[in-house]
Amino acid sequence: MADHTLIINGQSHTVDVDPQMPLLWVIRDVIGLKGTKFGCGIAQCGACTIHLDGDPTRSCSIPVSIADGKKITTIEGISETGDHPIQKAWIDQQVPQCGYCQSGQIMSAVTLLAKNPNPSDADIDVAMSGNICRCGTYQRIRKAVHQAAGNAGKQNNLAEAK
Amino acid sequence: MEEKTKINRRKFITISGIAGGALVLGYALLKETKLGELVNMSSVDAGSEFTPYIIIDRSGKITLMNPKAEMGQGTYQSVPALIAEELEVSLDQVTVKSTSGEAKFPDDQQMTGGSSSVNTNYLPLRTAGAAAKEMLVKAASDKWGVPVAECYAANAMVHHKPSGKSIGYGELAERASKLPVPKKPALKDPKDFRILGKSSPRNDIPLKVKGKAVFGIDADVPGMVYASIERCPVLGSKLVSFDDSDTFKIKGVTQVVKTDRIFFKNHYMGLAVIADNYWAALQGRKALKVTWDNQGLDKFNSKDYEQSLRELSKTEGLTAHKDGDFDAGYAHAAKKIEALYETPFVSHSPMEPMNCTAEWKDGKMEVWVSSQGAAWTRDEIAKALSIPKENVKVNMLFNGGGFGRRISQDFAVEAASIAKAVNKPVKLIWTREDDTSLGPFRPATFSAMKGGLSGDGKAVAFQHKVVSPSINATIMDKFDKTKVDEDMVEGISIQPYEIPNVRNAYVYSEIHLPLTWWRSVTASTVSFAHESFIDEMAAAAGKDPMAFRLGMLNKPSDSKKVLMKLKEVSHWDAPLPAGKARGVAQWNFFAGLCGHVVEVSRGKNNSVKVDKIYSVIDLGTVVNPENVRSQVEGGIVMALTAATKDAITFQNGKAVQSNFHNNRMLRIDEMPEIEVHILADGGPVIKGVGEPGLPPLAPALCNAVFALTGKRVRKLPFDLTNV
Repeated sequence: MADHTLIINGQSHTVDVDPQMPLLWVIRDVIGLKGTKFGCGIAQCGACTIHLDGDPTRSCSIPVSIADGKKITTIEGISETGDHPIQKAWIDQQVPQCGYCQSGQIMSAVTLLAKNPNPSDADIDVAMSGNICRCGTYQRIRKAVHQAAGNAGKQNNLAEAK
Repeated sequence: MEEKTKINRRKFITISGIAGGALVLGYALLKETKLGELVNMSSVDAGSEFTPYIIIDRSGKITLMNPKAEMGQGTYQSVPALIAEELEVSLDQVTVKSTSGEAKFPDDQQMTGGSSSVNTNYLPLRTAGAAAKEMLVKAASDKWGVPVAECYAANAMVHHKPSGKSIGYGELAERASKLPVPKKPALKDPKDFRILGKSSPRNDIPLKVKGKAVFGIDADVPGMVYASIERCPVLGSKLVSFDDSDTFKIKGVTQVVKTDRIFFKNHYMGLAVIADNYWAALQGRKALKVTWDNQGLDKFNSKDYEQSLRELSKTEGLTAHKDGDFDAGYAHAAKKIEALYETPFVSHSPMEPMNCTAEWKDGKMEVWVSSQGAAWTRDEIAKALSIPKENVKVNMLFNGGGFGRRISQDFAVEAASIAKAVNKPVKLIWTREDDTSLGPFRPATFSAMKGGLSGDGKAVAFQHKVVSPSINATIMDKFDKTKVDEDMVEGISIQPYEIPNVRNAYVYSEIHLPLTWWRSVTASTVSFAHESFIDEMAAAAGKDPMAFRLGMLNKPSDSKKVLMKLKEVSHWDAPLPAGKARGVAQWNFFAGLCGHVVEVSRGKNNSVKVDKIYSVIDLGTVVNPENVRSQVEGGIVMALTAATKDAITFQNGKAVQSNFHNNRMLRIDEMPEIEVHILADGGPVIKGVGEPGLPPLAPALCNAVFALTGKRVRKLPFDLTNV
């Protein structure tokens, strides 16, 4: 056991845990932020995606010691009220079904847009293919990313479908 | 259910925790009907059990009870919407609460599956809403001393037309609660619907994009510990001995307890490592040294089992359905074809692994769980712990996917048993490896097909013989092998193709694996054989696959409507450019009816790309069209994954696949474009939404592959990168 200082969503936390404990379990069970999900434990599904110093990172597969002193952002930290353009587009396109993977999907999409404000379908495929959605919301994820980027105003959305 | 419990108003208020003066409406459970007479529980000393769906308290707070699990299919919106429509409230004015397995709600209401949440509730819940609205309107007219006809309800208020005054439901609740319940409240004309039939945003989605939706795995009970269970990878092995000395060297590990995973009649032994954090429980589990007696089950291999199904396919089997004289029709056919189709075992793999948090207190069990049914969870725990059902409280949380897996309560019973043993609240989480390799699995089915064509290319004889293990055989105490397992041939005899001589059959195969329902159940596999073989017959007859099907659908049928619509929306008659092709399939089964046209193109190195899918789903009546499109998209992705990704196979008794690296799921870069059309032209039958998108996908895809490459896919899964 050892003390680790984690800066999560701008707030500093000192935790006394096994240095090998994956960051995911520290975030969920020690800090108590449950929006980040456990899906596979081997960085295959992306449900646990967080930002580590701005980069999308699978928190299930990095030990807490690596995150010591680094800036961590979770789904709870990307906006105050859930009004990040990605979140708004996710609602407009009615993306989530069960919703379990969506925290991870959104964290990947937020970084994609931060790095590439005008992504093509191919760019979206590259950035988002680490995130599995068993409910099959991929078509809506693609549309929502385009919508948030403002580069596909003509995409079918709920308002038009009405 | 048959025993009528006398619950008076006071007792009801105590158990539901609501203040007096509330209007509470529910259904009395009468012996003769499952959803019987609507009763006003707020004022009636009910001589029968009731189910409160609508609670309006004096502050104006409106609570709608939702007995159905939300696992992605949209019941958090679609089920309360049935009440809200008639009650004249919008869903943002209400609190939706899940039922907890309380006896006052019917058991079958608190079970989610079979694409039945909306169609079974469509009239009962609308009626409940309409009755409450009539009572509130009457209460307002009494209060104001004006005729009822001058009053109307809208936006959670009753309005007086002539004077323009209005009053909120909360202020009317107490007065309304003293009124008799209207026997036959008037239901709205569908043309006046504000919510039903319109694409409405789902009220769970804002929670889900903020990370605020609480799933079973997010349950937090003060003082809880964590558990991970080591079970033998060879399913069915017995625990001989174990050494946990290294386990206790892991800091945080507190206990090791024996567990019994109960899957219906099957029991799987295990060792639960209890720790004060999940990571320690996992480390402690890895440090266990366990000796198992494999009972000879380590000789089980998929290759041998598949070969045994091929051998069995040569036997006659039990007749499941007969039209005309198949033997004579086939014998005299100008052209005869035969084929064997093979499908595998697959996993459900919802993104949220199985988990349950349980607390044992004073002889009562409380659980927090993602489950497909509070009633199932309650009953299985009560049975395993030998306690009365009333002593089990099930807090239903959002399901991170279900697909049939969360009907089985093995994981919830494990958690409850551990909580009782350690006498502390405990959160059990299965690893993804547990989830992938321990089942229950969708059963493999093989299909032996025979078809006879007349000289002019008409289908004159048809046989579909299903060869498979049986879900019922693995879960029922007594299974009669001398009878056809109707669940394993479900759907194959109700396709409306007009073929004069048919014999469908079933051949049972024994297996020791835990099997269960998977989204769309047997339709997910037998449709592949059936609709692919219809395509083979079309090819043998030298006919266009769409025209061949429509040629066997002269009488009006829903399948014919679906195919006609598909023909139109997919531009079937317009030729595709070179290097592209299309295929069609439809499937009519217990959950509903859907058809797809799949367009594919040739890629590099023998690969095939799925470009676009046109889909037509027949519903009769639609509640939320946008959500229907989502569900069909989801069904297609799940079916495409099952058809082209990984099966669960066994070597030396163990599942070969363990996690998403070798049990791969479709990813966004493999996502085809999907265009969904909904047939909702009314009628008495409302069909399901959650499952029908799956069955026609594999055959439509493989028919398209045949049209493109001339290669007939008869075994799933197949590899799209090498066709």
